[in-house]
Amino acid sequence: MFDKMIYLDNSASTRLDEKVMDAMKPYYFDTYAVATSEFGYSMGIEAKEGLEEARETIASSIGASAEEIVFTSGDTEASNMAIKGVLAALKKKKGEHIVVSKIEDFSVLNTAKNLEKLGYGVDYISVNAEGIVDLDELKSKIRDDTVLVSIQHANQEIGTLQDLDSIAKICKEKDVLFHTDATHSYARVPIDVSKTPVDLISMSAHTIHGPRGVGALYVRKGTPLDKWMDGGFQETNRRGGLENIPGAVGFAKAVELATEKETEFLVSLRDYTIKRVFEEIPHVTLNGCKTQRTPQNANITFHYVEGESMTLHLDMRGFAVSTGSACFSRSLEASHVILGIGGDHERAHGSIRFTFGRYNSMEDVDAVVEAIKEIVSQLRAISPLFNK
Amino acid sequence: MKFPYTEKVLEHFKNPRNVGKMENPDGKGLEGSPACGDMVAVYLQVDPDTHIIEDIKFESYGCASNIATASIITELAKGKTIEEAKKISWQEATDQLGGLPPVKAHCSVLAVEGLRAAIRDYEEKHGLVTEQEPTTVDVIRSRLKHVMNPMAGLDIVRTELVTKMEINDGVVRILIDLPSNHQFATNIKEEVLEKIESLWDVKEVNVVFTE
Repeated sequence: MFDKMIYLDNSASTRLDEKVMDAMKPYYFDTYAVATSEFGYSMGIEAKEGLEEARETIASSIGASAEEIVFTSGDTEASNMAIKGVLAALKKKKGEHIVVSKIEDFSVLNTAKNLEKLGYGVDYISVNAEGIVDLDELKSKIRDDTVLVSIQHANQEIGTLQDLDSIAKICKEKDVLFHTDATHSYARVPIDVSKTPVDLISMSAHTIHGPRGVGALYVRKGTPLDKWMDGGFQETNRRGGLENIPGAVGFAKAVELATEKETEFLVSLRDYTIKRVFEEIPHVTLNGCKTQRTPQNANITFHYVEGESMTLHLDMRGFAVSTGSACFSRSLEASHVILGIGGDHERAHGSIRFTFGRYNSMEDVDAVVEAIKEIVSQLRAISPLFNK
Repeated sequence: MKFPYTEKVLEHFKNPRNVGKMENPDGKGLEGSPACGDMVAVYLQVDPDTHIIEDIKFESYGCASNIATASIITELAKGKTIEEAKKISWQEATDQLGGLPPVKAHCSVLAVEGLRAAIRDYEEKHGLVTEQEPTTVDVIRSRLKHVMNPMAGLDIVRTELVTKMEINDGVVRILIDLPSNHQFATNIKEEVLEKIESLWDVKEVNVVFTE
């Protein structure tokens, strides 16, 4: 390992903030009881208070009320709960059809694919070259038996932000429920459920310097949702399983620490990266949308070079980034997001995703850009596609 | 910390041998495809009397396995006669590198194919191909093994994307199990044509997609 690894893969996961750790600790060592009712013993009552305060914090961050928040083990569980819970509640009353976008993260995409295998109907909506969902296609694919539309707020790879208001409006008009996976925008890009009529939202703590293994699902009051995770009566009988109280408390602390000022700082890192790369390296393409983009994401294709070679060279110099190249993935499949925005394999092959977090600095950007400049010119020098 | 690559692979990846383009090569081979993944070019300079490979260069648009294998292959081939160099196998190259992750096999096979294609090119250009073999289904199959199935990262023969191959009187017909409007249909068709049309006795190639 290096003295200092420069970690630029903050959409994969983030470093925990010490303040989050400090907030969680008492719930491991002092108030470690399970949450009990107000008729239980004092340590359990205190634990319950900690959990409910955390719920209040998450709720108010999106303009919801506390009883609309269900804690989960993360965004994957939240999305499974939303999609499968709504289908279970409505399949007999309304139908067995859902609509998702083609560039969803695997938590939604593979849930949809699996439901398809089980006989449910799924339509996959295309996106344009910037990754924005085709609203006309969305309208046309919603049927009488459609029960749910699940379209992400922000994309995990290219950072494109969807227009939630317009999607929510369409869903409202067509009388279908709307779920959005906000894992990569939550606490960075505001959502206000009192203004945007979205019914279900998946959120996660680990993308905002919170702990892993905890997330939440916002469920608008009155939304039909069958219990998906069977077990005890926790979370007002909406999710079985012992509550992760330290996790929930850490999640709430992470939300408090993700300030607007920090968002502006992430935007400055992102924009500085894009600016330097475009000014100093020829033959590059920005993947995603210039304006509707998460604060932390810069995804750039360096043409004529391959992504795994680049990430390996960067790793040897102490930088962590990711790529959409097929060579990088365990499955040897190129990024479905880059292919989804109409990019070919060549575009995915040389794509690098930089995602920034609290512990990055302008100096980190300078260092990675300098490294990339050298690596790209070195790899282009040996590329048969590059005209020297 | 454990990398999936051996020290030798990483060393060749960091400092690849014999890289670059060669002006006026005696033989040149290009394998792979930018549409589907990795690509490798091999250039040869061959002594016309002894048929010894005097100089060899490669270029790669590929991952670490691809670059490292191409690098070691140039080392293995340099100084050998073209007959000897033809026998360099993927296994030999992999062994020399101390092994490669199994999932990366196809990236490294490309490098070996690149060398063989360069030797074939040299032989064709220098009249060393004494008798031209007629194109059979087997010849077509082996050529199509160089066309990648982008969905799988393996070739279209092994992934059973090709469902039928026929040749009658120089007319080749290839059936591909994809709808013609599939996002990769055009890419795959172009590559199939490129691999088959150059065969000396092929007059026409029809690529048919299933609906």
